Amino acid sequence: MEALLNILQELHPEVDFAAADHLIDDKILDSFDIVTLVAEIDAEYDVAIPAEELLPENFNSAKALYALIEKLQDE
Amino acid sequence: MQFTSFGFLLFAAAVLLLYYLIPKRGQWILLLAASYFFYIWAGVEYLFFILLTTVTTYAAANLMGSRLAKQDAYLAAHKGELSREERKGYKAQVKKGNRVWMVLCLAVNFAVLAVCKGLIIDPFRTMFQESGLSFLTVGLPMGISFYMFQSMGYVVDVYRGTAKAEKNFFRLALFVSFFPQLIQGPISKFGQVAPTLYQPHDFDGKQVSFGLQRMLWGYFKKMVIADRIAVAVVALKGDEFTGVGFALLGLFYAAQIYGDFTGGIDITIGLAQALGIQLPENFIRPFFSKNIAEYWRRWHRTLGEWMKDYIFYPISVSAPMLKLSKSAKQKLGNFGRRLPVYIASIATWFVTGIWHGLTPNFVVWGMLNCFFIVLSEELTPLYEKFHGRFHLKEKAWYGAFEMLRMFVLMNFIRACDLFPNVGDYFGRVGSLFTTFNFSILWDGTMMNLGLTALDYGILLAGVVLIFSVSLVQEKKGSVRELLWSKPAAVRYILLFALFLVVLLMGSYGIGYNASNFIYNQF
Repeated sequence: MEALLNILQELHPEVDFAAADHLIDDKILDSFDIVTLVAEIDAEYDVAIPAEELLPENFNSAKALYALIEKLQDE
Repeated sequence: MQFTSFGFLLFAAAVLLLYYLIPKRGQWILLLAASYFFYIWAGVEYLFFILLTTVTTYAAANLMGSRLAKQDAYLAAHKGELSREERKGYKAQVKKGNRVWMVLCLAVNFAVLAVCKGLIIDPFRTMFQESGLSFLTVGLPMGISFYMFQSMGYVVDVYRGTAKAEKNFFRLALFVSFFPQLIQGPISKFGQVAPTLYQPHDFDGKQVSFGLQRMLWGYFKKMVIADRIAVAVVALKGDEFTGVGFALLGLFYAAQIYGDFTGGIDITIGLAQALGIQLPENFIRPFFSKNIAEYWRRWHRTLGEWMKDYIFYPISVSAPMLKLSKSAKQKLGNFGRRLPVYIASIATWFVTGIWHGLTPNFVVWGMLNCFFIVLSEELTPLYEKFHGRFHLKEKAWYGAFEMLRMFVLMNFIRACDLFPNVGDYFGRVGSLFTTFNFSILWDGTMMNLGLTALDYGILLAGVVLIFSVSLVQEKKGSVRELLWSKPAAVRYILLFALFLVVLLMGSYGIGYNASNFIYNQF
């Protein structure tokens, strides 16, 4: 989780990612950010997030995103 | 049957009346029958195309759906016996098989779309006509770009497992052909419309009233604004209009296409609402956007969502792109990291361009949008420093300036639609920097564009009204809800006044056939 928060922080230093839970709904993360995140997560966790998982509910909070990474690691 | 024709109004009224008179379980069947009646009315020869899409979509979705159901049953029955690797391998095998059906379905449909779109433009049109096969040309089948994209999105969703395969062929046929949205969208996802499309609906006076009010607002935008200004847009395309004339063309075309497309969508969503069916919004007051990326999140957003979900994301997160991202980041730093995003953006805007038409100007139009979005993305850190230095983001006037900047820039990009000859378009853009013929604003030229002083007055008042309504929507939410809270007399007087405006100030062509909707041609 620490590494994920660092990746997010690097994208938007002004946002408190540990607390924010409407990142997509509040338009903090856009589609360019999401793709950048997917690439960073692939490099950090060796997990490829497929296009069908690029849904608002998976990216609305750091917690949801981390849950997605764990789910994909388990598969 | 144009939305603006008297025939359509009669047809919609008849459907609405029958819909609430027949037993509720038959409502969706009535809509299917009405949709096919509507389609056949446009030309029985088009029936082949919509049936082809419906049958191939149904077949592919159900073949994939039954394979996925078998997979789930097999995995559940052998839960304790299979290792993680074996389960993964089995799933991958099923997915590979399903991919064949998906690709086959997409290939057949998009090939048909490409041929249909190709045959309406030169040189293919002339070649085909000269080859003696001209009897096969039927023109572009009504709504093909909309219902096909909607159907293909659904096929991909079933493949991905985010939508269930609809087993009832006729229910799927209604999803593909639902008549209010058939000719210009919105391009909906199955999950967005299915819950209300097939559900039985009781008559709900408020919903029917809101739906009809929205239709009336749509007719106002289309018939009072878009159809009135259309004649001046045609005139301003003339060779003599460079410099300020071209800037005027951009401005007038913005009003025309806004009234035309958002008006058409208001009629669509309003009619659906009167039937108790909820369609996704296609516009969220796009002219209040502060940059082009935001504009495209608020203008024709269902097409934008489609492009994002099925073109932009799959390309940008594909294995080759992730590999490229890694190596480019090492060599080029932050720009390298974003390289896949930019490559996917170019592909997405290329497809968005040719979706509108296979002529070069639409490709250029797509690339111009892409260029400004990417440029804005690259300049973001610079902008942020600049904004921070002068505290601009806190100032209301700066927000208004950003909207105006976006509006002007989009006017010039959008005007590319109007010039099949790209050289001519860039010539006009160039003239903005060389020709300062402001005198056309007062030397009588404005009165030779096909508009009278009364027309200008009506247009100005109409634009002010639309702007005011948009402002209220932006600040306070639904205008219809606000009206609903007022005494019935106030509400009815206002609505009757709007009805009279449409009736008396609407632009009616010969035989009361208003102009075609611009987006019907795509």
